[in-house]
Amino acid sequence: MLRYTLRRLLTMIPTLIAISIIVFVIIQLPPGDYLESHIATMQAQGESVDQKKIAFLREQYGLDQPMWKQYLTWATGFVQGDLGYSFEYDLPVTEVVGDRMFLTILISVVTIIFTWLIAFPIGIYSATHQYSWGDYGLTFIGFIGLATPNFLLALVMLYLANVHFGTSIGGLMDPEYIDQPWSTAKLLSVLEHLWIPVVVIGTSGTAAMIRRLRANLLDELEKQYVTTGRAKGLPPGKLLRKYPLRMALNFFVADIGNLLPGIISGAEVVAVVLSLPTTGPLLIASLQSQDMYLAGSFLMFLAILTVIGMLISDLLLAMLDPRIRLQGAPAK
Amino acid sequence: MSEPLLSVRDLRVVFQMATGEIEALHGVDFDIQPGSTVALVGESGSGKSVTAQAVMGILPANARITSGQLIFNDPLSGASTDIASLPADSSQLQDIRGGRISIIFQEPMVSLSPLHTVGDQVSEALFLHHDVTRAQGMEQTEAMLEMVGFPNPARALRTYPFELSGGLRQRAMIAMALVCRPSLLIADEPTTALDVTVQAQILNLIRDLQSELKMALLLITHDLGVVANMAQTVVVMYHGRIVESGTAVDLFKDPGHPYLSALFKAVPRFGMAASERLVPVRTIEHELGEHFQSPASQALQTGPLLDVRHLCKTFTIRGTGLFGRNESTRVKAVDDVSFSIQRGECLGLVGESGCGKTTVSKILMRALSPDSGSVEFHDGQGPVNLFGLDDDAMMAMRRKMQLIFQDPFSSLSPRMTVFDIVREPLVIHQRGDTASQRELVQELMRLVGLDPRFLSRYPHSFSGGQRQRISIARALALQPQLLICDEPVSALDVSIQAQVLNLLKDLKAELGLTYLFISHNLAVIDYIADRVAVMHRGRLVEMASRDQLFSNPAHPYTRSLLQAVPHPDLAKPLDFEAITASGGSDPTQWPTAFQLDADSDSQWLDLGQGHRVRARTNANPGEIMQ
Repeated sequence: MLRYTLRRLLTMIPTLIAISIIVFVIIQLPPGDYLESHIATMQAQGESVDQKKIAFLREQYGLDQPMWKQYLTWATGFVQGDLGYSFEYDLPVTEVVGDRMFLTILISVVTIIFTWLIAFPIGIYSATHQYSWGDYGLTFIGFIGLATPNFLLALVMLYLANVHFGTSIGGLMDPEYIDQPWSTAKLLSVLEHLWIPVVVIGTSGTAAMIRRLRANLLDELEKQYVTTGRAKGLPPGKLLRKYPLRMALNFFVADIGNLLPGIISGAEVVAVVLSLPTTGPLLIASLQSQDMYLAGSFLMFLAILTVIGMLISDLLLAMLDPRIRLQGAPAK
Repeated sequence: MSEPLLSVRDLRVVFQMATGEIEALHGVDFDIQPGSTVALVGESGSGKSVTAQAVMGILPANARITSGQLIFNDPLSGASTDIASLPADSSQLQDIRGGRISIIFQEPMVSLSPLHTVGDQVSEALFLHHDVTRAQGMEQTEAMLEMVGFPNPARALRTYPFELSGGLRQRAMIAMALVCRPSLLIADEPTTALDVTVQAQILNLIRDLQSELKMALLLITHDLGVVANMAQTVVVMYHGRIVESGTAVDLFKDPGHPYLSALFKAVPRFGMAASERLVPVRTIEHELGEHFQSPASQALQTGPLLDVRHLCKTFTIRGTGLFGRNESTRVKAVDDVSFSIQRGECLGLVGESGCGKTTVSKILMRALSPDSGSVEFHDGQGPVNLFGLDDDAMMAMRRKMQLIFQDPFSSLSPRMTVFDIVREPLVIHQRGDTASQRELVQELMRLVGLDPRFLSRYPHSFSGGQRQRISIARALALQPQLLICDEPVSALDVSIQAQVLNLLKDLKAELGLTYLFISHNLAVIDYIADRVAVMHRGRLVEMASRDQLFSNPAHPYTRSLLQAVPHPDLAKPLDFEAITASGGSDPTQWPTAFQLDADSDSQWLDLGQGHRVRARTNANPGEIMQ
């Protein structure tokens, strides 16, 4: 197991290097760079552009260097924790991302927990009471959740929250706390605003999860070993938890690998509608304005999280399922 | 007579289907006396398993008991309970289930959870029903595992079911059922999925434990050989009714009901005359169409059709162990296998599961390539080496060899109609236009005794036997010379088995076919094969004509295979001691003349008339023919 983990960690290195090259090349593919699009904007607004300053900036940021040199500068900096400089914000990338990253992770984690808390009991109920009124009713509600566009739900929720609870519209906290240091009042304000994006982002995920859990559990419930357990005299609840549910968890663990990257890039549209200070909108904006170091950092984060997520999934699967852990694969 | 342990009275069970209600049991009555063995006999779909499920209170969700009683008189507490009146999840029934009555299922692999250790699963019932501490429970579990014959019970507690062989899994299943020392054990086809030698061991084990624990046994089976060896009382079920019941002695001597006597005629037995035919419970008629009318000229030629020389195939199993153990084992699946099949002959290939029979058939079809060796096909114009053919020539060669598989359910695509299935080989090999293909497919259906009007149906609407006949029709579509039949009847009921065997036998004679017939069932081989090759752990150990092999087996492995077959005859009970004494499938138990390890040379010893046995080079013939 240890050796396996080490081998997996080692193979992550070439994977990530390959991804970083692809990311860098794709960001550089559109003609021009940030300074050129900046000049174009300035000129369109009728302002004069100081060519000397532009040349200075270009030299400063190494934009006049050949591409492979730029890549090396970026990649070596990235490894040392220097994520580069955002042209658009005129700040180091770390500072631009900082607070937003925390809030994004907060929303995502709460959303994931919300999804699990709702989806698990409903999925189990639906599977054990297949074709009952309860199953049909919950399935119906689930499909509505799946079918409703998130941004529409976001608008409805904003309206309701504002009318009934007097919550300020948009954002993740009341305006007076923005850019303030953290305090209890600020935290409470965040929590007050948090439930709207959580519910909005969570609904479709919850519905999908209910369906998958139901389908997986139904498959397992028909298996012979469940009958064996019943024949031993196990009470139904204990039987369900010990055998089929445990087996149905495999798909769920395998899904963790997909959840992690979603933490950063998920739910951009909702974030824009609700004007959430999360990383999703920032990623889109940075790609539009060719803010290369900011965009590159984001894409690398996504890649790293995907690779780590898959590793966690695989290790958890091996822990949960002895077949994966102990059974040798025929190597021809 | 004392009070019965279980008495079933007028039991009716109804299944709620999409099309309406179907009554599966129409009033079933029988008694089980304490400590006795009752065999419940019948074909699949006759309601045997439903009866067992009703007794355990584990009927599927769409089934319910509509009337009748299941009176269980517990000898331990003296209490009398009507199981039929209790709700399935009531605590009273939960106490009986697994505690006082327990069950063993047919498939030991799927009946155990792959995620939990054997110790966990076996001890579970104990902790549920008895007030024991964890240490006591594990101790009793270990003792139980030892009792059912686990070589290392302490280690077995921590193993997972998929790490065990089929026989050991079934032993674990038995330990699980017996750990609470129930007064009734229901065994639902406990040995059908196992090899004969393992079957004999398991039957012996169940019998020993039964007398030791003084429990009653309800044995559900379709194998009359097993019944003859185990049961005192026999109850025959047909279409959800009890059609006959009585003592085994009476019923075997004088089967009263036509169904039971038909069943006896359908079972292949040893020592049948060459001309004697099995009589299936329901006979099928088949007819030869014009395309298949004249026996092809091939039948008139003589000489070998297929020559297999020194085939070897090694598989590497990579083991990725915990904590970086990374060993790989090489398994010789096929080890220097040579045989030839004469034109128009049926060669039977016998051996236990995992001995390499199927690997040989895959190599012959070129689905696997061997490490070394050759396969030559003689189709009239001199021998053709199968492994020297290019793709085009191989395509043409495939028309001459076809395969019939074991499982009639997974070998037919559920998304294709029967017409498409049978026609597919014709399409692939571009035989004729659509009209002539349709004509040929209809003829093929009549050839295997199926109504051509069924052609537009899908496989799911056919029974196992009918599906197997569809497989045969598909294999015959290209008019091959050689059919490789890989356990074609082992998934079928006895009554259906006779139908398919007769069909295969007739087709062979009528069409001049040559068969390689792979099976683990010696009685089936005895019925259909002309010559027999016995395979053990990748090696052929004995080859002889059918008569010689069955009357005068030389190799200890062949002997133990023969001894382990249960006969549907009370006068010929299994001799469990002899099976153990002959060494079975464990080479270290064989006489030294037959022991072959990696370095010792072996040779074929000719015993005359083509009877050959593999032994050590320095062994003398006298030692072998003792």
